[in-house]
Amino acid sequence: MALLEIRHLGIYFGGLRAVHDLNVTLQGGELLGLIGPNGAGKTTVFNMVSGFYRPSAGEILLEGRNIAGLSTHKIAALGIARTFQNIRLWNELTVFDNLGIAQHHSLGYGFWDAVLHNKSYRQNERRARKVTEELLELLGLHHCADEYPKNLPYGLQRRVEIGRALAVRPKVLLLDEPAAGMNPGDVEQLMELVRWIRQEFKLTIWLIEHQMRVVMGLCEYITVLDFGETIAEGTPDQVRQNPRVIQAYLGDEDVAHA
Amino acid sequence: MQRYSSVILYIAFCALIVMAAQAGWIDAYMQLVLMYVGINVILSSSLNLINGYMGEFSCGHAGFMAVGAYITSILNIWLFTSDQTLSGNVLSGSNAIYLFPVTLLIGGVGAALAGLLVAVPSFRTRGDYLAIITLAVNYIVKSSIENIQAIGGARGFMGMRKVVNAMTETVNLPWVLIWILAVAGLTIVVLKRFVNSTYGKGIVAIRDDEIAAEIMGVDSKRLKMIAFMLSSGLAGIAGGLFAHVLGYINPGTFTIMKSTEVMVMVYLGGMGSLSGSVLSAIGFTLILELLRPLQMFKWVVIPLLLILLMLFRPEGIMGHRELTDIFPKLRWFTLSKEKQI
Amino acid sequence: MFLQTFLQNLLNGLQLGSFYALIALGYTLVYGVLLLINFAHGDIFMVGAYIGFFIATFLMGAYALQFPLPLPNTAIFIITLVLAMVLTAMVGVTIERVAYRPLRRKGASRLYVVITALMCGLLLENGNLALLGASRRGFPELLPKVMYTVWGVTFSNLKLLVILTAFAVFILLETIVRKTKLGMAMRAISYDRMAVPLMGIPVDTVIVFTFVLGSSMAALAGVLFATVYPVLEPYMGALIGWKAFIAAVIGGIGEIRGAFIGGFLLGFVEIFATAVFPSTLRDLIAFSALLIFLSIRPTGIFGVARRTKI
Repeated sequence: MALLEIRHLGIYFGGLRAVHDLNVTLQGGELLGLIGPNGAGKTTVFNMVSGFYRPSAGEILLEGRNIAGLSTHKIAALGIARTFQNIRLWNELTVFDNLGIAQHHSLGYGFWDAVLHNKSYRQNERRARKVTEELLELLGLHHCADEYPKNLPYGLQRRVEIGRALAVRPKVLLLDEPAAGMNPGDVEQLMELVRWIRQEFKLTIWLIEHQMRVVMGLCEYITVLDFGETIAEGTPDQVRQNPRVIQAYLGDEDVAHA
Repeated sequence: MQRYSSVILYIAFCALIVMAAQAGWIDAYMQLVLMYVGINVILSSSLNLINGYMGEFSCGHAGFMAVGAYITSILNIWLFTSDQTLSGNVLSGSNAIYLFPVTLLIGGVGAALAGLLVAVPSFRTRGDYLAIITLAVNYIVKSSIENIQAIGGARGFMGMRKVVNAMTETVNLPWVLIWILAVAGLTIVVLKRFVNSTYGKGIVAIRDDEIAAEIMGVDSKRLKMIAFMLSSGLAGIAGGLFAHVLGYINPGTFTIMKSTEVMVMVYLGGMGSLSGSVLSAIGFTLILELLRPLQMFKWVVIPLLLILLMLFRPEGIMGHRELTDIFPKLRWFTLSKEKQI
Repeated sequence: MFLQTFLQNLLNGLQLGSFYALIALGYTLVYGVLLLINFAHGDIFMVGAYIGFFIATFLMGAYALQFPLPLPNTAIFIITLVLAMVLTAMVGVTIERVAYRPLRRKGASRLYVVITALMCGLLLENGNLALLGASRRGFPELLPKVMYTVWGVTFSNLKLLVILTAFAVFILLETIVRKTKLGMAMRAISYDRMAVPLMGIPVDTVIVFTFVLGSSMAALAGVLFATVYPVLEPYMGALIGWKAFIAAVIGGIGEIRGAFIGGFLLGFVEIFATAVFPSTLRDLIAFSALLIFLSIRPTGIFGVARRTKI
């Protein structure tokens, strides 16, 4: 059974077919890419998989179970986490708390436990804090645990967002343009980080990215969207040479030279 | 020992007050002011959970007060008195001492259920629209009470004094004061533990970015429900206590003006700051008492004060910080919970 | 007989709805441009009525100042109306300048402005109470009341005046918003406040204009209200303000058509509710209707849900 299977997925806003007949399968452990020109529907796909949008058609099977249309927090609990195109960290909470809250679905205690400070609360809270500390340590964020995200440099914020997604303990990690706005040095670090995360946490990663260097360098298999439809699929080399892809990007030099 | 030092200190403080009251060092008027302070602490901090931590604009807190006030008062009069209109003379007055907290709690539960009226719409709307809904609920509660003649309608009813007397006759202590102090202390403990837990911090995440919170696994519907029910439940208990301080009760006490009073305290103290709510509750009550001779201008001064606050220091006295952030030495009392789990 | 009662109630609903609509229009104009619920608006209505009262009584010689020519009452009415609208507009603009604009300059969160608005309203109410005392004032009868009876339904010329005024105002406002440059600017600001000044449009001027419009409409409603129900008291704006606000929300706040329709809708709901239920339940029914309506359609009748993109 595949880990994540997307079958004939589509979403229509009025007369607009934002995504149509998308088919993708993730067996588990892959690093997949999703690319396409602006407005192709890539983030919309992520929105559907993470539960923010309800698909108009098709199925999203997570370990055989159709999660299309489930509430977002349930989907997170089932094992899908993501980062956002525009960073959406909680600026009024510290980095530490940002990662803590991402563990909400696995906290294991409720309101009354918190109020009574009983054993369940103490044990589970301690465990959650340990998880956060370990993650921060692993990601090299320990020094800014008590900082507020808005005070951190952009590259660190992106890393915190990835850390937060990891705190959800997902089976599938969706990264939405993680390299956006980064300088080349940071991009290299990011690519290292993604490779390392995939290995360390044995994750399945699906990546949206515009920077072809990142996509070609990281992904094993790429799906190309244009106007909501899949126009090509394959390994980076196959996609790179596909005339439809080149045309969709209107002769984008990155594709040819990456 | 250190972990509970603040609790022990508070209990000692309360015991001192009660002794002083018994000995006559604190006269009836000062006791009254203390009781108002206590009630305002409960009101202000419970509203802060919604308006401060959760970032909503609830302007109907008085409605929940009313629900709790009426339920508790009716139950008490029915159970423990024999000569009021609502009396049922079910139990002897001497039981009032044990059952007073029970009826308070029942009032609180009733108010918490009323809180659902606001919680459920909050799943789909927020901000301005939710503000209107809270207003509407406040009005609906008040209007409904006015239309139920059996409990006095617009005139209300009295008789809570008899209940208090029944308690004092059994054991001669200022019971209402004691319960107010106890509930105020409990309120702070409960709220503090809730908002400091990772679970409770989800509320701040909801305020900051609800969509991201949901996507990261926070069950925002459930949290909102808990927050609203906790907030209105506490307001209900405050209402019950309030009714027994006054000795009478009528719907006119629980209007938008009363809700506004509580809002003033919250914004004065600083949204999202528990110590701020406590401080402003104390300060506000005292200012009100000082302004008593200027009764007419009270509601000119209060809005003016808040407008100036908004213009020059909208974060309130404490902003988002707690006393322990400004005076780190105080952490000795409270350090426990954060790091010593 | 039933038809007559129905038509009678219909007319009453139209009249009540006219007041709600006139005030609701002011709420919706300001919200459309500033995304601010101007909670002080209901009290602007009260201010308008009081200013009208003082002007009218002054012109009628109450303050021992006689005019060389005795003015006919209808003339007094018109002068009162116009002057009240002008002066109340100034009050509205002053509040904007003193309380809302500084916060806008600071980029303060919308919440703070809303709180300020609420406080301004309270200030107006209680300032009135403190300055003028609690005694009610009687608005002088300026327009002769003529009763008509058509098809067994009785109504007065005043009622007709109110309803026609509301419609006239609606047409006027729709024209301004849709056909004039200023109106276009108002609509532009409601979509994107940041971009508008970059296009050379003086945002502050447009906002002032919005307040002028809204406040004068409220004053118009105030004077008319005082003409129909001649008793004034400081809190008269409070409840009717909330109700008009409900009307604006039901109609879809930010939409002029919404405020108008919402006002009449609420008027009908209240009148027909009191026809069936005891009058003490009137407010209860109005607010319950609001609650139910918002649960089903949170953005109101004409409101557009703003989709969040992530």
